Amino acid sequence: MTFDALDAWWWPYVFILVAGWLATDSWRFLGVYLGGRISEESDALVFVRCVATALVAAVIANLIVNPNGPLADTTLELRVFSAIVGFCAFLWFGKRVLVGIFVTEAVLIAGMILASGWA
Amino acid sequence: MPSPADSHSDAPDPDFSTRLKWFARGCRAAMSVPALILASSFVGFAALALEAGFTLAQTVFMTGIVWALPAKVVLIGAVLAGNGIAGAAFAVALSSVRLAPMVVVLLPELRGPRTRTWVLYLLSHFVAVTSWVIALEQIRHVPREFRTSWYGGVGSSLVVLNMIIVALVYMLAQNLPPLISAALFMLTPIYFLTSLWVSARERAGHVAMVLGLLLGPLFYVLVPDFSLLATGLVGGLLAYLFHVVTKRRKAT
Repeated sequence: MTFDALDAWWWPYVFILVAGWLATDSWRFLGVYLGGRISEESDALVFVRCVATALVAAVIANLIVNPNGPLADTTLELRVFSAIVGFCAFLWFGKRVLVGIFVTEAVLIAGMILASGWA
Repeated sequence: MPSPADSHSDAPDPDFSTRLKWFARGCRAAMSVPALILASSFVGFAALALEAGFTLAQTVFMTGIVWALPAKVVLIGAVLAGNGIAGAAFAVALSSVRLAPMVVVLLPELRGPRTRTWVLYLLSHFVAVTSWVIALEQIRHVPREFRTSWYGGVGSSLVVLNMIIVALVYMLAQNLPPLISAALFMLTPIYFLTSLWVSARERAGHVAMVLGLLLGPLFYVLVPDFSLLATGLVGGLLAYLFHVVTKRRKAT
């Protein structure tokens, strides 16, 4: 059953409720239920965090490598280059997220302007 | 000088207006630098949802009901990849496991002596990186009686603010020049790239992240139907093995 499997107005909302709300709030409710009974340091949680981190990283990488929409008109090299430069700037300037965002966007926009021959 | 609220903090039954005052203080605490970063990444998210074919109402609904941004981006990724509802739910659930330990950490500080359990379940919906960071930073300055009211203010104002931002951007993004919209699409990945790095608890988290970045596009080509799950399991397992090996080496 995919997102556009049914041609009914309510189906996308059911999809969002099941795959979005249920899949996130279950964890939050489990957190309340477990309260102080679970150790942040336990190895099971380390494994679960590793899986979750790798999964979100895969989403990030695909947003850069295989993007949709207007970003798809830029070259792969420019997208990867601006992300790497931005990430290095982020590491260099005390791990400030805003620095990473700003530098990445600046490199990307400069690259797009150069590629379009405006400069 | 103690504020009027402090003198009320050990009253047996805090009255409604004092609760309201702390709720408002929570709203004000939410307007911060992390909130600005969050808002800018929601700008990127709205553009992504628009491109993926979600309607305005669906996008705003998703913002309020799911709330955690990585979960929503995975959800949109699963829809774009044509995954079924079960596969999408599984991928989103895997990406959101971190919410449980985050709630576990916040709970002892949030709970007052007479806090009802249903209030905690309700407030837990607001737990996502930004409100969690704000709460862990500031909640100890809030009298225990009013912490639930305060966190309710922090969480609900962040949710409502970003639902408005998402709606505005969704409506504007259709008419933006391609240069600007391309730049908007880059906001989400770079926000996650940097904030995920900061939020990693142990070295293995950084290893998992690098593996995920490399394996993600590879599995996208090799196993298009299960690319997210495959990357999570393979990258996560390798990072966990790294964790076990380094821990053992440290112990000996």
